[in-house]
Amino acid sequence: MAIIEMENLTKDFQVGFWKKHPVRALDHLTLGVESGEVFGFLGPNGAGKTTTLKILMGLIRPTEGWAHVLGEPVTSVSMRRRIGYLPENPYFYDYLTAEELLRYVGALFGMRQPALGNRVRSLLEELGLGDARKLQLRRFSKGMIQRIGLAQAMINDPEVIFLDEPMSGLDPLGRREVRQAILGLKNRGATVFFSSHILPDVEALCDRVAILNRGRLRQAGALHDILKVKIEAHEIVLAGISEEVTAGLRPLCDEVTPMGERLQLRAGRPQQVEEIISFALAHGASLVSVNPIRPSLEDYFFHEVAGAGRE
Amino acid sequence: MKVLAIARNTFRENIRDKILYNLILFALLMILSSLVLGQLTLGYEEKVIVDLGLSSISIFGTLIAIFIGIGLVYKELERRTIYALLAKPVHRWEFILGKYLGLLITLLANVVIMTAGLELTLAANGGISLENSLRLIPAVYLIFLSLAVTTAVALLFSSFSTPALSALFTFFLWVIGHFNADLLKFAQLTKAATAEFVAGVLYYVLPNISNFSVADSRSVIQSAAYFEPIRAAAVAWATCYAFLYSAILLAIATAIFLHRDFK
Repeated sequence: MAIIEMENLTKDFQVGFWKKHPVRALDHLTLGVESGEVFGFLGPNGAGKTTTLKILMGLIRPTEGWAHVLGEPVTSVSMRRRIGYLPENPYFYDYLTAEELLRYVGALFGMRQPALGNRVRSLLEELGLGDARKLQLRRFSKGMIQRIGLAQAMINDPEVIFLDEPMSGLDPLGRREVRQAILGLKNRGATVFFSSHILPDVEALCDRVAILNRGRLRQAGALHDILKVKIEAHEIVLAGISEEVTAGLRPLCDEVTPMGERLQLRAGRPQQVEEIISFALAHGASLVSVNPIRPSLEDYFFHEVAGAGRE
Repeated sequence: MKVLAIARNTFRENIRDKILYNLILFALLMILSSLVLGQLTLGYEEKVIVDLGLSSISIFGTLIAIFIGIGLVYKELERRTIYALLAKPVHRWEFILGKYLGLLITLLANVVIMTAGLELTLAANGGISLENSLRLIPAVYLIFLSLAVTTAVALLFSSFSTPALSALFTFFLWVIGHFNADLLKFAQLTKAATAEFVAGVLYYVLPNISNFSVADSRSVIQSAAYFEPIRAAAVAWATCYAFLYSAILLAIATAIFLHRDFK
């Protein structure tokens, strides 16, 4: 069952001071997210990711189309009892301590003591903020703010959690902590919908992804379908090669890159690999490595966005 | 429950922003007045102290109501704290009401502490009877009601305008609000139907602050200074007016908020 449904979601923003004209931020987006999956929402800056998330949170109204979360319209206040949301570059009341913020947020869910106190303590521990619980948020580092942001989104043990760029601006350690938190949510059975530019993280976490560019959906599907295990080419590295042998190898391969005493060759077709290796070995070179090249999500993303998207 | 949580957080913000520091200024004013004025105004010390004290409570309170009131909603938008908040199971009216009540609690604390300071100053200056000291309470209550209305005006503007404009508009309405009734009288004198109609509309639309500063055609602060009682009916009417007028403004603010995109 689709937990998050979007149908023809369109948003035009009016820009200009005197002569207002609409700018389309989101263009007929139709997308569904299934229960229990980790869904990656990708796209360059200005693609419409944050706009989509804000529509799903009822913070902005779509110009056209509709969206449901957990079977209820996104404007439903009661539905928000069951979801969590971490905004992009979050900012919280900096005069509160970590503990006070979470207690405040818990109170908005109607949680009461002592259950609320226990939940706050365990969340702070889980996200590595146990020592900072009495610290005012104005003293928090960016990574700590991101983690308290996750904590406030998780206070109600949500069934669906929406994270807008949860890893942006974090150091590798912070990213790993956020990654672990997302995996923790998945293991608990929650559905995670998150936007990101950090593609290796998306590749490591997501079951399915959607790629958005200029407000339009470019691609959506299971990660392994999108990145079909298709070997694009082989990369061969040779050592102990003379100038003549290099000249002899050039016609056999697609690309030659000298790397100091070594030579890196790229072969598009499998039989090229055999030809190159037998030629090189016959002329006294030694084989260092042969590696198949698979497209990464990053390659795919560049292809979709930089190639097709910016025409 | 949720409204109270939001109100509590707003009050906490005010306290941590050190708004109650204005009390130090008030305390200094009271101490100075009891030292200096007593010698300048033979036999009228009490009157002058009450006059100065109540005026200060009103002015300090109005400044807080305007300058904190205009930031109530705007600050949440500017600092983007509102995104996480409105994604929680919170109705927009709960947010508006919570912010409003939060500032009212701050104002109430301010007014109560200042009133206690005023009573102490009076006691230190030879003392007044219990009856007379209690007669200050209705005047203080009416001042608090005027602050409640001013806060609602500031909050309404802050739900769609920038702080600078909101401050200007609120101050403007606050000033007009003192002369609202005169406006109606003046229009009646002109005997022109259009003028009367326009004045009539403005009379009901604009906040009528004079409901709180004038009771039975006498300045509330003056009455209090002479320890004259204020009629219960005038207080009751002012209470109903403050409640209804603020409720309407908050409803409008909520309606504006409901149709707003939080980009």
